[in-house]
Amino acid sequence: MARAAVLGRLIWQAATVAAVRRESPSAVTLVMDVPEWPAHAAGQHVDVKLTAEDGYSAQRSYSIASAPADGRLEITVQRVEDGEVSPYLVDVAQPGDQIELRGPIGGYFVWSPSAERGAPVLLVGGGSGVVPLMSMVRARAEGGSRIPFRLLYSVRTPQDALYADELRQRVRDDRGLDVAWAYTRTAPDGWPGVVGRIDGARLVSDGWPASLEPDVFVCGPTGFVETVADLLVDAGHEPHRIRTERFGPTGG
Amino acid sequence: MADAFLDGAFVDGAFVDGNALGGTLREVFAVDVTAAMGRCAGCGNVDAIGTARVYARAAGAVARCVACDSVVMRIVAAPDRMFLDLRGLTFLEIPLPEGAA
Repeated sequence: MARAAVLGRLIWQAATVAAVRRESPSAVTLVMDVPEWPAHAAGQHVDVKLTAEDGYSAQRSYSIASAPADGRLEITVQRVEDGEVSPYLVDVAQPGDQIELRGPIGGYFVWSPSAERGAPVLLVGGGSGVVPLMSMVRARAEGGSRIPFRLLYSVRTPQDALYADELRQRVRDDRGLDVAWAYTRTAPDGWPGVVGRIDGARLVSDGWPASLEPDVFVCGPTGFVETVADLLVDAGHEPHRIRTERFGPTGG
Repeated sequence: MADAFLDGAFVDGAFVDGNALGGTLREVFAVDVTAAMGRCAGCGNVDAIGTARVYARAAGAVARCVACDSVVMRIVAAPDRMFLDLRGLTFLEIPLPEGAA
């Protein structure tokens, strides 16, 4: 359960990598211990800072993937070729390493089982945009929430999918959770659906009718989020119920 | 600071959400400002700061109104100080966490 934000300026803290989990050929989850970490809210992010020996430092934001917990968090990082931070986190970081981070950050793109108003939830993720949505799916299960959840997850190929095994498991175990996949380039063998980007028809078949006034969270590359948010508004969803998190032109 | 919100090459015209300013704003504010409601001085639209379109480049970040594209906030962070231009907002309604009020 998310605790109220701790008051005061945000400071950088040393996190210790407790474990590294491979999620796809280009993404890992870093499990990190942070002694003073307050339980975050699902959807929040952290800033990570790497500093070179010559003092040069680079900073990036990463969504938290895990359900809220004291003292520990997980981030899933997708390698961006020629990026300054993600190649290190994906290919080099290992258990025992110390990483500077600050957080949890953000109070807008968040979902809490205790704060919801009872409306169903639609999550739409593109590529690694699924990370904060996964935190919500996990928080829902841990909080024992019965709020109906639908996740529509767009990936290029099955190999790019994050959390695929866990999501299949949760569809069986978490009552009221549906997961639908969209493959934009290559689908698994025997895939009955069409290959292509999420369109209005997919949002109708795998989302919720606007009349149910669902809370909608959309996260992914900027172009993906723009397209999905526009389609949802066209379908009659209130813009203020559509919360978005764009992570720029790279990503996915 | 310039590319603190984008990992990789900056593409002209690309933007992220106001959410991305959360960490930077928490360097000076004690509470989260991205969940605050702000009124755009340009068009009067009232929305969460998290919805603003943020263009982060060069020396700082510019946040624009999602409704009319007016600049609502400009932030430039130097090593020892921050410059914050809020003239594009006529008010901010900031939710306070439990224990703050």
